[in-house]
Amino acid sequence: MIASPRLRIPTFGLTGGTLPVALGLLVITFWVVAAATVQLWPLDPPLEMVARRLQPPSAEHWLGTDALGRDVLSRTLHGARFSIPIAVLVVVAAALIGSLLGALSGFFGGILGAAVMRLVDVTLAFPPILLAMAVAASLGPGLENAAIAMVVVWWPLYARLMRAQVLEVREREHVEAAVAAGAGPIRTLFVHVLPLCWTPVMVNATMDFGQVVLLAASLSFIGLGATPPTPEWGAMISDGARSFYHWWIAFGPGFAIFVVVLGFNFVGDGLRDLLDPRTD
Amino acid sequence: MTHYLLRRLLAMPLLLLGVATMAFLLGNFVKGDPLASILNDRQMANPEAVAAAKARWGLERSIPERYVIYVGNLLEGDLGVSFRTKRPVMRDLLDRLPATLELVISAMLFGSLAGIAIGVVAAHWRNGPVDHGARIVALIGSSVPVFWSGLIALYVFSVQLSWLPGPGRLDPALKPPETVTGFYTVDALLAGEWATFANALSHLVLPAVMLGWAVLGIISRMIRASMLDVMQQDFITTARAKGAGTLRLLLRHALRNAMVPALTIIGFSFAYLITGAILTETVFSWPGVGSYAVDAARSLDHPAIIGVTIVGALAFLLANLLTDIAYVFANPRIRLE
Repeated sequence: MIASPRLRIPTFGLTGGTLPVALGLLVITFWVVAAATVQLWPLDPPLEMVARRLQPPSAEHWLGTDALGRDVLSRTLHGARFSIPIAVLVVVAAALIGSLLGALSGFFGGILGAAVMRLVDVTLAFPPILLAMAVAASLGPGLENAAIAMVVVWWPLYARLMRAQVLEVREREHVEAAVAAGAGPIRTLFVHVLPLCWTPVMVNATMDFGQVVLLAASLSFIGLGATPPTPEWGAMISDGARSFYHWWIAFGPGFAIFVVVLGFNFVGDGLRDLLDPRTD
Repeated sequence: MTHYLLRRLLAMPLLLLGVATMAFLLGNFVKGDPLASILNDRQMANPEAVAAAKARWGLERSIPERYVIYVGNLLEGDLGVSFRTKRPVMRDLLDRLPATLELVISAMLFGSLAGIAIGVVAAHWRNGPVDHGARIVALIGSSVPVFWSGLIALYVFSVQLSWLPGPGRLDPALKPPETVTGFYTVDALLAGEWATFANALSHLVLPAVMLGWAVLGIISRMIRASMLDVMQQDFITTARAKGAGTLRLLLRHALRNAMVPALTIIGFSFAYLITGAILTETVFSWPGVGSYAVDAARSLDHPAIIGVTIVGALAFLLANLLTDIAYVFANPRIRLE
């Protein structure tokens, strides 16, 4: 639109790019495996033991213990059981709901289609975290409600993306041919149009995981997500924020969020390089 | 082009009505009894107190009636009364806005200036160690949770090194300067109180840098990509052939053109700033709109949280509109249908 981007073939291999992507994938794999199997790991059970409260990191407790004497490393690893599935759930739900509504709106148009897009406009007029806070506060605190609030905030992005895709693919010749051959509207949409629209949705979903992990932790940090005994990362940082002299309480969970988000950003950055010919 | 802006402007009232409607729905379909967050248990058992509270907060009216009243009040700038502070939400917000603006503007300044510098440097030495370093700084900025990096920064620079003060806008021993703009730094300068100015500035450094880092990340990446694009063009070759030095080439010829696409991202990063400000203020006990929103959300103070949400949406829409306008002024070539 502005300066004509000149198409150049991106160079990968040793000039950069691959190492961060590999690192990112490694980190993501680690946390996904942790989320699935952490209860089987030979960890210090995160029990409350007043006798060992507020201990700084040591050989026995690598990341120290919190105000109730719970092992921070163990709690941080258990945190994956909450953050990873929630991020997956929110991204998948938002992508499915958003793409379906966006596709229907783009393909059929009409009053309903227009109504969906106005709802998208209004939702996107809010700063995401504020809307998520307002929705979560209306539903009441709790991890499920925080997840619902995040889907409410996130689906419109996919609706817009999918609608634009469908509007473009709908005009292609093979669709015209299918309609001429007698395909009904439902069949045309699902068999001939949608399969060609998924790629950008998938790319965006990959890049969104990190942001969703961050938003979920932010909501819990504020006090609208997970409630106290749950070893959720944001809630643990909120615990640690009460006394930042005991820095290690917040360090573990914060570092975990950082590493997960960084991992997804590495992969996302790699994907973007792959798809954007401007960066070499 | 004017058509596009005009259409955007005409859509604004409708969009605002949509925002108000959504806010109303959020405020009125609350799970649980809203009275429970106003009254205590003993008052709840007393029918008279319940009736009085219902009348006072307008809860005895029907939903459509409340909606009309609500939108009417919004048009007059009335956001309702906070359950928690028992004051008009608008008054609370106006009191706290200067603190947030001071923080956000400082963060934006730091983020854009440092981001532009890093983006130019990374583009000039692309794929070298400098570029990789810049990429890492940018990625850390957009990956690190600000409510965590803020805590770490406080521990390192305030507790351990004692280079910078702890949370808050000013040391408790100091009196805030007389209010003119509401910005402590500016007001202290206007009043000629140098000690207060230095103290307010030192309190501003950590939160502004931590908050601005995310913006720095986005802007530096955008400037880099945009610079690489511009540096390929013929007029750069011409300028180089005519003997322009590297610095002049980068700043006078390339950056000025590379800034245009980057302008949109400066508007877009406003969303990051709002999100970040809410969390940063909480960590740094910064008495702004963000920490007000968090306190409201924690105590389920619905009028307050919804009020902040509406004002946030207003600011967000305005920022996007201003970005569009700036975009047109910066590049007369664009014709957006």
